[in-house]
Amino acid sequence: MRPRSITQRKTLNGVVTLIAGSAAVFGLCMLVWILYTVVSRGIGAINWDFFTQLPKPPGMSGGGVANAILGTVMITAAATIIGVPIGMMAGIYLSEFGQESKFANTVRFVANIMMGAPSIVIGVFAYTIIVLRFGFSGYAGAIALAIIMLPIVTRTTEDILKLVPNTLRESALALGAPEHKMIFEVVFRAAKSGLVTGVMLAVARVSGETAPLLFTAVNSKFWNWLMVGETGNLTVTINDYAKSAFNDQNTMAWGASLLITAGVLFLNITARLISRDRKAKR
Amino acid sequence: MSEVIIQNPKISVRDLNFYYDGHQALKSNDLDIAENRVTAIIGPSGCGKSTHIRTYNRIFEMYKGQKATGEIIMDGENLLDPSIDLIDLRLRIGMIFQRPTPFPMSIYNNVAYGLRLKAKTSKNELDDKIEESLIKAALWNEVKDKLHESGTHLSGGQQQRLCIARAIAVEPEVLLMDEPASAIDPVGTAKIEELIEKLKELYTIVVVTHNMQQAARISDYTAFFFEGDVIEFGITSDMFSRPKKQQTEDYITGRFG
Repeated sequence: MRPRSITQRKTLNGVVTLIAGSAAVFGLCMLVWILYTVVSRGIGAINWDFFTQLPKPPGMSGGGVANAILGTVMITAAATIIGVPIGMMAGIYLSEFGQESKFANTVRFVANIMMGAPSIVIGVFAYTIIVLRFGFSGYAGAIALAIIMLPIVTRTTEDILKLVPNTLRESALALGAPEHKMIFEVVFRAAKSGLVTGVMLAVARVSGETAPLLFTAVNSKFWNWLMVGETGNLTVTINDYAKSAFNDQNTMAWGASLLITAGVLFLNITARLISRDRKAKR
Repeated sequence: MSEVIIQNPKISVRDLNFYYDGHQALKSNDLDIAENRVTAIIGPSGCGKSTHIRTYNRIFEMYKGQKATGEIIMDGENLLDPSIDLIDLRLRIGMIFQRPTPFPMSIYNNVAYGLRLKAKTSKNELDDKIEESLIKAALWNEVKDKLHESGTHLSGGQQQRLCIARAIAVEPEVLLMDEPASAIDPVGTAKIEELIEKLKELYTIVVVTHNMQQAARISDYTAFFFEGDVIEFGITSDMFSRPKKQQTEDYITGRFG
């Protein structure tokens, strides 16, 4: 091979840096553009009524999406209550008991695949298993979201618990602690902020999901405190209003987009602050 | 082994073998541990000294693929017998690790941890026990005003003494120490050595150390390990002045290891 001259190498280096740099700037621009559009179009819809009123019939101005906000919060909360404990227990199993066993490796493999599963597939699954038997409900939506959370929580729990040094486990056991106390009282405590971060990121991930709710919770224009039957929620509201022929509804869709973006951003930033705080303490 | 005979040993190890995934790390170890004395285990890195004491409280069982065979007799029972209750065993044999491992909780709760596992204790009893343990571990004066602050914010040497306080709070009969001062600065090390001298009145102590001066300073008996064998065992002063085996002499004069 003919050796390249210094100038050639420097030029090549410069070109590659330029390409990589512009790609980064491009990505950043898109993000800023999206945020700018969502904020500038959505801000007009945000007012007191937006948070407190039910939607007005098409063609009438005013009203809000209070029922959808409530629905999204309740569905996400229900999904968290179902998905987080199961996911955490599975994560504990992988990290503390299964380790490199065949079964654990299978669980890990399946979890990794499930993380990449298209959310609409999980929506269809919930539709077939739950909705066809019990009808539409917020719970069917919550179960679909919980299934999406499950592998995320499982894998982050495992990863976070594996960061806890074995010497801490050994010293708890050496003091006579049974295994479950060692895990829940010592290992969990050492991993606390990491686990909270993991859960928050999983919540952030599902709270913006639309596809799993499209044919489970569907949407509604009315209050639905019990989540039985069609349950209003922000993401499907965005889907419905964005396609509407009425300008007022389009604006509402932007408002709802802004709200959900702000919510997800808030969860993400808080989660990162918690984990940064943890690193600083080390 | 050697001509030194330990009368009524606290622990008698006979034909102890240890395997890591089939690799034999300890080869038929025989060793007697004298009651209320400090026994030091010395030897080059990888000679099996930590592995040896990790069999006494069976902490190695946490890991798959690790196996011990033979006998470790304490008070007439073979500790390796599967019928031995591990929780009870570990309350009788405490352990201090190379790196301090305070739990992520307050100083108070660190010391209370083992006590709460052992028995239901009233608040007053707990307070007294914790004070007593911290005094014994020579840490009380430094922490008495901040018992409810996190144990992880103490200095390395203080953390190690906290771990000692935590271990002795449950009143074990034996204390295993796996290079307890190797991660601690010289002042902290001196304090821990002083502490070991005092603690042997109450406990039987086995210390693994790679520091020969330390073994000479603090121990009554010394065992020299090499490649998984107990090469020589004897009274510490004899062993350091007149080693009987060539390998021991080579090691303590610094010719290898």
